Amino acid sequence: MVLVNEDGIRIDGRRIDEKRPIKIEAGVLKNADGSCYLEIGKNKVLCAVYGPRECKPRHLQDPTKAVVQVKYNMEAYSVTDRKRPGTDRRSVEISKLIAEALENVVQTELYPRASIDVYIEILQANAGTRCAGLTAASVALADAGIPMRDLVPAIACGKADGNVLLDLNKEEDNYGQADVPLAIVPSTDEIVLLQMDGNMTRAELDHGLDMAFAAAHEVYEVQRDALKRRYTEMSKKEGDSDE
Amino acid sequence: MITFKSDKMEKRSARRTREIVIPGDVLGNADEYKAGENAYELDGKIRANVIGTKTYTNDAVGVTVMGGFYMPVTGDTVIGIINDVGPSNWMLDINAPYPAPLHVSEVPWKVEFGDTSRFLTVGDVVLLKILMVDESKKIQVTMKDSGLRKIEGGQLVEISYSKISRVIGKSGSMIQMLKNMTDCRIFVGQNGRIWIDGDGENVDVAAEAIRIIERESRSANLTDRVREFIEKRLPQSEEDEEEDSE
Amino acid sequence: MSNYVTSQIKRDHLMNLLAEGRREDGRQLDEVRKITVETGIIESAEGSAKVSLGNTTVMAGIKIIPGAPYMDAPGDGVITTGAELIPLAHSTFEPGPPSEDAIELARVVDRGIRESGMIDVKKLCIKEGEEIWMVFIDIYALDYDGNLFDACNLAAVCALRSAKVPWKQYGKGEEDLPMPVTCLPISVTECKIGNDLIVDPNFDEEAIAAARLTVTTDDDGNFRAMQKGGRGSITRSDLSLCLDRAVEIGKQIRKIIG
Repeated sequence: MVLVNEDGIRIDGRRIDEKRPIKIEAGVLKNADGSCYLEIGKNKVLCAVYGPRECKPRHLQDPTKAVVQVKYNMEAYSVTDRKRPGTDRRSVEISKLIAEALENVVQTELYPRASIDVYIEILQANAGTRCAGLTAASVALADAGIPMRDLVPAIACGKADGNVLLDLNKEEDNYGQADVPLAIVPSTDEIVLLQMDGNMTRAELDHGLDMAFAAAHEVYEVQRDALKRRYTEMSKKEGDSDE
Repeated sequence: MITFKSDKMEKRSARRTREIVIPGDVLGNADEYKAGENAYELDGKIRANVIGTKTYTNDAVGVTVMGGFYMPVTGDTVIGIINDVGPSNWMLDINAPYPAPLHVSEVPWKVEFGDTSRFLTVGDVVLLKILMVDESKKIQVTMKDSGLRKIEGGQLVEISYSKISRVIGKSGSMIQMLKNMTDCRIFVGQNGRIWIDGDGENVDVAAEAIRIIERESRSANLTDRVREFIEKRLPQSEEDEEEDSE
Repeated sequence: MSNYVTSQIKRDHLMNLLAEGRREDGRQLDEVRKITVETGIIESAEGSAKVSLGNTTVMAGIKIIPGAPYMDAPGDGVITTGAELIPLAHSTFEPGPPSEDAIELARVVDRGIRESGMIDVKKLCIKEGEEIWMVFIDIYALDYDGNLFDACNLAAVCALRSAKVPWKQYGKGEEDLPMPVTCLPISVTECKIGNDLIVDPNFDEEAIAAARLTVTTDDDGNFRAMQKGGRGSITRSDLSLCLDRAVEIGKQIRKIIG
């Protein structure tokens, strides 16, 4: 399978340093305290935040800060072969990494003993769902009015057909040589999520990360725009008359 | 702090702008401003840490939250719903991240150990005062103050806690108008719960008026619009109406 | 549903309204909330539908794969229905394996589809005794404001109706074929509060209801499935009213979803 042609064009028509089209909408659910719907390429993700609220189970309570509990879940019809509903080892690991990335920005110390619960539902998967889920989660947290120092945009780089690529799609992920999901804090450029599997040289990895950092800042602008749109609309409905 | 039109004429120091800011957004330079409410300093910049509108207060710049959730503060009066009963206390949902225990020593009755559910039981609604919130956000509430009691009948309306100040209005003008025009008893909890009691239709109108205030909390002539709404729904109430203006 | 307490004031208020024949959201006792249906939103599924019933929203997706038939029905396709009450949808839903509420929900939806013969399972046979199509209906609650039974039924029916059987994709035929649909089973759920029966209960109404009844009809207005739930009871005349309404409202809903 040819993943990148001689002109450096990928099977979905993208250049090697081009991310998939991304669309974010904040505040899409009625019940949740904060929510977000996100599409990147063929990925479709829905995220809800509840809390801060009483931490259950109680043994997870921390007397000094709130815990961020994440449940990443792939819906049965989200992939070509039906996924059996329920938790598996992959989703446990992803949930943990996303929670750790979010705890880095959320001001958990303000809410000792409480829990901030983040639910990520993958409605349709096409490689890069952990990045999509984390990107959506930080928007949903902000939408819930939770104090946090920044948003967390995430995007992957990787390698296929010997080319370093940005934001792998399913075919590139399946038949490529490496996948490197990355999440950062835009105000400081700190890395809060990083994984890799595959095979890359130091130069390839550096090049990939350069592209991913730049792309993460672009994703961040889309996140900000979604939140601003939502709150500007709310503010208009309230009949903003100050000034 | 919300700035009302008239406040600005009085040159109050808080100025809420229209600019919506997102966590991480730069609000100003640290050599010009201090970090105000919901803001922090990083590398010479003041940044927002919650979504809301940019607000200047004296020499600080911060964020006025939009939406968000109620955090109990000592001295607040709130409306709680009992969701569990123990032998020496009741557990209440006060619409906050933490449940609030009400100890038998903080009620106006003498309650024997294990006799709690004879006085208050699951589903009962109570007017309470926040007695204390400690560092780890452990909450104590009391019913031992004038006016605090179990409430029955009427309607319980829940709105965003951040709109409570609008329902009360400047020096209580809005709530006074609601009470006068609808002839209802209205108790406004700081936690976003409002209890209304009175004659059937009037309670419905008061509840709907409160929803209007929540929905259009920042519109120009809110008081007039609410008055017009009540007048239309309860035409006979005009004679009771007081001269009120924002 | 864990840990949710309806305040006595709310309970009394809803009861007082019902005593005057009214509901808090202004609906008639036999009035269904606004229905919206969107199909074909999940490309990774063979069929999908997102359905809103007022503020209740659910999503159903259909996956179809070749599999072995059951011994006692060697030429019939197999339909499996699952429902998940994921915590994204409401603060009272908890993570973990499907709760008994979710299992009951899935089984009631499944019964309506199965007993109405909505799907002609004979047409889902690839080679008798060897290979048939297995149809998985997976339903997820996304936003919960009562009456998941009817929302999930509608979502499952609309998703199935939009589904393509992947004959070509699996090399079993020349082209993918539409799902062999014979009729549309529509459920109508009512709750009993005091002495009143109300159609399409919302969250607050469900929370104070003593009993629930779901009645599923087919295109001809015949009854294909029923389920009574809740600790309370219903009378024979309650049942009669529910059956009449299920036929009438079933007709209205069929008109809405076209």
